[in-house]
Amino acid sequence: MSTLEIKDLHVSIDTEQGEKEILKGVTLTIKTGETHAIMGPNGSGKSTLASTIAGHPRYNVTSGSITLDGEDVLEMSVDERAKAGLFLAMQYPVEVPGVTMTNFLRTAKTAIDGEAPKLRTWTKDVKEAMTKLKIDADFAQRNVNEGFSGGEKKRVEILQLELFKPKFAVLDETDSGLDVDALKVVSEGVNRAQAENEMGTLLITHYTRILRYIKPEFVHVFVDGKVAEEGGPELADRLEEEGYDRYLNVKA
Amino acid sequence: MSETTTHIPEEKARIGAPSIPGFTEEGEDLSPINDNGGSPLAGASTKAHSHGGGVGVPDSSRAGRPTSTNVDDFAKLTGREEDWRFTPLKRLKGLHTDELTGAAPKIELTGNDIAKLSVVAADDALNGVAHTPDDRVSANAWKYASETHVVTIPKNAEGAKATLRITGESLAAAAQHVIVVAEENSEATVVLDHVGSAVLAQNVEFDVQANARLTVISLQAWEDDAVHASSQQALVAAGASFKHIAVSFGGDLVRVNPSARFTGERAEIELYGLYFADAGQHLEHRLFVDHAVANCKSNVLYKGALQGKDAHTVWVGDVLIQKAAVGTDSYEANRNLVLTDGARADSVPNLEIETGLIDGAGHASTTGRFDDEHLFYLMARGIDEKTARRLVVRGFLNEIVQQIGDEALQERLTETIEEELAATSN
Repeated sequence: MSTLEIKDLHVSIDTEQGEKEILKGVTLTIKTGETHAIMGPNGSGKSTLASTIAGHPRYNVTSGSITLDGEDVLEMSVDERAKAGLFLAMQYPVEVPGVTMTNFLRTAKTAIDGEAPKLRTWTKDVKEAMTKLKIDADFAQRNVNEGFSGGEKKRVEILQLELFKPKFAVLDETDSGLDVDALKVVSEGVNRAQAENEMGTLLITHYTRILRYIKPEFVHVFVDGKVAEEGGPELADRLEEEGYDRYLNVKA
Repeated sequence: MSETTTHIPEEKARIGAPSIPGFTEEGEDLSPINDNGGSPLAGASTKAHSHGGGVGVPDSSRAGRPTSTNVDDFAKLTGREEDWRFTPLKRLKGLHTDELTGAAPKIELTGNDIAKLSVVAADDALNGVAHTPDDRVSANAWKYASETHVVTIPKNAEGAKATLRITGESLAAAAQHVIVVAEENSEATVVLDHVGSAVLAQNVEFDVQANARLTVISLQAWEDDAVHASSQQALVAAGASFKHIAVSFGGDLVRVNPSARFTGERAEIELYGLYFADAGQHLEHRLFVDHAVANCKSNVLYKGALQGKDAHTVWVGDVLIQKAAVGTDSYEANRNLVLTDGARADSVPNLEIETGLIDGAGHASTTGRFDDEHLFYLMARGIDEKTARRLVVRGFLNEIVQQIGDEALQERLTETIEEELAATSN
């Protein structure tokens, strides 16, 4: 079993008006096999947490720590974090010109595992995973995310999640822009990865509808860069009915 | 509008065709609009042009550009001319102004025994069959080239492979003239392998005769100090195919102008290019496909990568579909990948169409950045920075590398790309 531990994390970004603090002391512990939902209104810092865990250069950690089984994640480069078993399914996956999906998937798999996958089983694995996620076979020959629709990009993120088998996955608003059918397909992919690999999941979302398909054991509500409330699945149900107003009103 | 009615040609009026100028029952025909006595788009200028020596209206149509073997027919360059506006004349090392009396780069032929190399006098009848200079530097090279190297692919020859190793050994401004004759029904691959240091104005002509298939790879692998302006012109006869691949990565200033003209029907022209510009380098490619006859096909694709401060690439693609060229199928595209800040890619596709009775014509140009978000995405999947850059650039340029049939050459280019990329991370 592995543990991802975030302690009193403060994160800021550089803006034209100077440095701006976004995360103001976040503490979270996730174990493999667990699913945590992070919910909150826009601008509360949910995506900042996701990008900071993955190591996006835009975010400066001013204090606090992130550790994976005791290892200092903040000391690791972006690729080292991925190799250590962290995966970020991005909210806006970028198009990478000139690199086919096939080439990209194999290169990434090789980097993460430290050795090239066996060609025959790998090709079969990729095909199967694509079929399950209802991704057309000819996507393999297309450049990474190039010309993909929003929903296709999200499916391709989950495809990687299934193939790379991380210890912890951070899903950054994977549900946004998906219709109900796509949402089901994507959720099934996440649930498969969790069942097969004992994966720990940090599910970041604004809306509760994805929680019908992916069941969290823990729900954390982010408001203004901090965890405002924590609880079990019942907290999500309450949010569905009441929205975020009551947190915002308290603040006001 | 009673006056308009009187201008409808009788035939059209008779069959009741709509009175829209330029439209026939079969589609759009622009010639009635354009052919109004010395109009800039067609007519006199075009006709004069195809036999050389014509002076049209240079800026209105590619066909109107003056052509002459006499350097004095071209005005002195100011850098404001349409075809020189991107080129830093100061760095031409006198190719446009000086007497080009330096020693021309040495030429050696290797390959199989099918292709023959000979040297003829500068006034031999072979000169100028497929080439008439269309700028001052090219005309200057014409004036000063003291001899002409001629590679001949004999009639009906199959599988001819010829590499001309062109080695520059001095930085004195020089001129050179090379001719490749692909005789009827022959099949050949010719590599022009430019290495060493040179300040060179060069004319290369390709006479691609009926049903011949000629692939040319012009490789600019110069040392850092080289200056090279090369005007490469092809005549492509009926049923022939001509594939030209320009590969530029060496030299301080390289300007390669491939142009290809159809002289017979059912012929095909493919112009490909690959360039990789480093800090301070100027790599320019200006190409011209002249659809002068009917039922021919052309395809153009140039791809370039740029990195470092003041790396500058220029791509200008002129495709002209003349009035007579009905049934033409043509496409041109340029794609640039900017790897670092401080680099500049200029890309200008020009498509002139004088008849609407064509199968297809299109152009495209894109210039994209390899930016931090790409890098983050790939690294977030475990791929280290160096590999990530390599992956992107290699994938991007590979489309052109694949066009080169020769394995050894492909490998050499792949290695070169790796070396260029290794320089990026330093």
